Amino acid sequence: MKRLIRNDAILIAVIAVVTVVFALVYFGMQKDGGNAHVIKNGKEIAVYSLNENMTVPITDENNTNVLVIENGKAYISYADCPDKICVNHRPVSKTGETIVCLPAKLVVEIGE
Amino acid sequence: MKQSTKKLVLLSLLAAVALVLSYIESVLPPLYPAIPGIKMGLANIIILVCLYIFTVKEALILSLVRIFVSALLFGNAMSVIYSLAGAILSLAVMAILKKTNWFSAVGVSVSGAVFHNLGQVLIAIAVLENIQIGYYMIILCATGTTAGILTGIVGGLLTKYLNKAIKGR
Repeated sequence: MKRLIRNDAILIAVIAVVTVVFALVYFGMQKDGGNAHVIKNGKEIAVYSLNENMTVPITDENNTNVLVIENGKAYISYADCPDKICVNHRPVSKTGETIVCLPAKLVVEIGE
Repeated sequence: MKQSTKKLVLLSLLAAVALVLSYIESVLPPLYPAIPGIKMGLANIIILVCLYIFTVKEALILSLVRIFVSALLFGNAMSVIYSLAGAILSLAVMAILKKTNWFSAVGVSVSGAVFHNLGQVLIAIAVLENIQIGYYMIILCATGTTAGILTGIVGGLLTKYLNKAIKGR
């Protein structure tokens, strides 16, 4: 049992170290983004500058999401899906950050 | 009581408890809504217990029953594919690691939690055709490990006491 608990500790330490290294590299490389790319079903359908405040509805036959760009940050203010995960997501502004709406197959991705 | 009847009753009880835990978790507010996917994974306690008391076969059946019944009762059909990917990958890893005898229930549970998250992120990458969202894995590794430690401790203790109660050892 002692050996098993020691191994558990090693495993958890390894995961922690790997996670921290990845986090430092990834989040260290992030810069302030310039554009919000709207990707629907894997295809980019629009690009909006983060410098302009705006409210854009993104609709298809099944789903509606509303994208808001405000003070250099992008967030989803409305979604007609039941889970509201994208609406609760914090505003994104750094390169590589995304907001995902799984039911609508929508990704808002911040680019340079 | 006949051995097979006893097993059936026990498995049904475990399935009921797993469903209740899934339900509780689905009505509680998300732990940290600003980043989606962060969960306690309470039902994994039961899957872990089942894996330790019985075998991977029973744990798989329990896992599938939990996913389909909870989707039917209080989920949506969309989430089934994510749940399935997470659950199957996580159970496979847990079963292999349990067999190696390298880790206690905590280590097994932590690996299960991390691979559950990985399975779901991989499905999301495939469905959305977007690799960028893989960065969620960095955050989910940290939260999944924490959740896995807690569910592993509870699952380990439960296994110990249940084994005593069921088999008298």
